[in-house]
Amino acid sequence: MKRHLISAADLTRDDAVLILDTAEEMARVADRPIKKLPTLRGRTVCNLFFEDSTRTRISFEAAEKRLSADVINFAAKGSSVSKGESLKDTAQTLEAMGVDAVVIRHGASGAPYRLANSGWIDAPVINAGDGTHQHPTQALLDAFTMRRRLIGPDAGLGEDLSGRRITVVGDVLHSRVARSNVDLLHTLGAEVTLVAPPTLVPVGVETWPCEVSYDLDRVLPKTDAVMMLRVQRERMNAAFFPTEREYSRRYGLDGERMARMPEHAIVMHPGPMVRGMEITAEVADSDRCTVIEQVTNGVSVRMAVLYLLLGGNEPAVTHTRTEGN
Amino acid sequence: MSKILIRGAKVLGGEAQDVLIDGETIEAVGAGLSAEGADVIEAEGKILLPGLVDLHTHLREPGREDSETVLTGTRAAASGGYTAVFAMANTFPVADTAGVVEQVYRLGQEHGYCDVQPIGAVTVGLEGSKLAELGAMHESAAGVTVFSDDGKCVHDAVIMRRALEYVKAFGGVIAQHAQEPRLTEGAQMNEGIVSAELGLGGWPAVAEESIIARDVLLAEHVGSRVHICHLSTAGSVEIVRWAKSRGIDVTAEVTPHHLLLTDEMVRSYNPVYKVNPPLRTERDVMALREALADGTIDIVATDHAPHPHEDKDCEWAAAAMGMVGLETALSVVQQTMVETGLLTWEAVADRMSYAPARIGQAKGHGRPVSAGEPANLTLLDSAYRGEVDPAGFASRSRNTPYEGRELPGRVTHTFLRGRATVVDGKLA
Ligand SMILES: [Zn+2]
Repeated sequence: MKRHLISAADLTRDDAVLILDTAEEMARVADRPIKKLPTLRGRTVCNLFFEDSTRTRISFEAAEKRLSADVINFAAKGSSVSKGESLKDTAQTLEAMGVDAVVIRHGASGAPYRLANSGWIDAPVINAGDGTHQHPTQALLDAFTMRRRLIGPDAGLGEDLSGRRITVVGDVLHSRVARSNVDLLHTLGAEVTLVAPPTLVPVGVETWPCEVSYDLDRVLPKTDAVMMLRVQRERMNAAFFPTEREYSRRYGLDGERMARMPEHAIVMHPGPMVRGMEITAEVADSDRCTVIEQVTNGVSVRMAVLYLLLGGNEPAVTHTRTEGN
Repeated sequence: MSKILIRGAKVLGGEAQDVLIDGETIEAVGAGLSAEGADVIEAEGKILLPGLVDLHTHLREPGREDSETVLTGTRAAASGGYTAVFAMANTFPVADTAGVVEQVYRLGQEHGYCDVQPIGAVTVGLEGSKLAELGAMHESAAGVTVFSDDGKCVHDAVIMRRALEYVKAFGGVIAQHAQEPRLTEGAQMNEGIVSAELGLGGWPAVAEESIIARDVLLAEHVGSRVHICHLSTAGSVEIVRWAKSRGIDVTAEVTPHHLLLTDEMVRSYNPVYKVNPPLRTERDVMALREALADGTIDIVATDHAPHPHEDKDCEWAAAAMGMVGLETALSVVQQTMVETGLLTWEAVADRMSYAPARIGQAKGHGRPVSAGEPANLTLLDSAYRGEVDPAGFASRSRNTPYEGRELPGRVTHTFLRGRATVVDGKLA
């Protein structure tokens, strides 16, 4: 594996499978009475959040604490693209403090890449979402969730997602989740179809390893997992689509549409869900919807990433074998 | 002033000749001229060109002297072989009055490295809504002939029409920065395959092309002259080619970096590549080279845009747009146009001296290398090969995309009206 995790495209098939397998081991820790491993004791991880995201920050923080790392939370709200406290200044401060890894969330695409490649800091950098670019741990937790649901936790070990058909629906243009998922799912052998109105499909998408469709109803019957993206209401003012009602008629997922999917197919959403426009309450509350599992799996996957990037050469959970002695 | 004999230089890349300078003027050009009473510069194998003229430079003074001043900018220009530069109006305060343009003009005269011809803003404060006092700037000591809101587009069609009409009274020209503002909201790089992958806001080619199309039609309608700044797309070339074939009075420029670099470089997220208009694709680069060769694009202009280190040593989104270019322009043109066989040195003299001087009406510049002409000259060692080292730049800023890249050619001497501003590659 590379030293940093900036993009889902940085991962080879074997890297990705290793992370998913390691995450399975981590998931077992969550089932124990004491959900903690000593793995990163004495190491310091900084969560550097230039953009608000309570969900992602808490998920990383939980992962770090379960690995016994010391955690610094640094919220640099509002200062991302202004003078004063720049990314560089902040990075150098963290370097001076001897931080062992940086988890960064930034509103600007490329900021984590720049942090990792500018010589401002030496520690491994984990991208927790940058602009409209990438969110690799989200893609990993999505893939983990798919593998568990479509193959099963133990049967899935060592497996990728070859031949699975995944549909990603909604605002692809502004979605780092869509970008990351296309990269990772392709690496894992899945066939991805993006479904969106043409205004929300990026120029240049023809070079991506996926299909593009404007017609959700034609794609759904051949789908193993459908991933609904969040559509921000302000997109309406920028004329990406005419009205909320028209969007939800053409691209929203309701019970009737869900019924056209194969029985085993699951519905995913990166959250937070806005019920109504992109997904109805009926779908969101159905047992085919994996939103809550995705949150749980996020912690296991992030534990795996932190463990592997911070020099995990031995199996992460060897001492489980001595458990009960 | 004493006499100088430049001995054995290939004038405009042609036959080796001697050029004798007496005072401010070229006294004679020919073989075997007498060196009596003259300082001799041995120039065997070197290329002698008319002093270069840049129609598009940002000198930043007044207001952003931390980036560049008239002094440092003209020293950079002289280092790059320029004897005249046109200074863009987007300073603080904006060069939209006679007072500001006269100040910039006078500073250029005082420092004496390069003639500075200020460009006046088209609209007050570059705001695009009210015409600046174009006539007053023209009548000032600076004698402004080129007007531009560069950095911003004159996007209101009525304002553009009025500006084009108004400057006819004194033979001025409007230089347009073609960028449709709505189509480029949030834009950070060329819209295409790379922007989609990098998640950076796309800057579609059509945002440039639609304004150029509109402006050449406006120029035709009112019978005026328009100059298009820094063309960057193959489509823009097509429109200018069509306009010229139709007899519309349009001229156009291309920057050295748009002749060499592509949006692939942005994959590094390194803000040295962040520029307006953005770096485009390989296909665009090839179309621009071809258009410069066939004369569809009239000139090379640097768009020299100095920024201090801290404005570039940051994340892409926060970084300023622009790159310095005066000191590397001739080298980039040598590599992309001469060494590829697209332009002769004679044609380079046209694209980088005669034509820009003609478009901007720079008196005494862009003249032939012949007896009786002002001695504005550039001597180039075209055989030189070396890596670009910004530490040696005369510009106050170092935001070059060429750091560590090997570029051919080095200006060894520059003469401004017979006085050497650069000697043996060093500022005099
Ligand atoms: Zn411009």
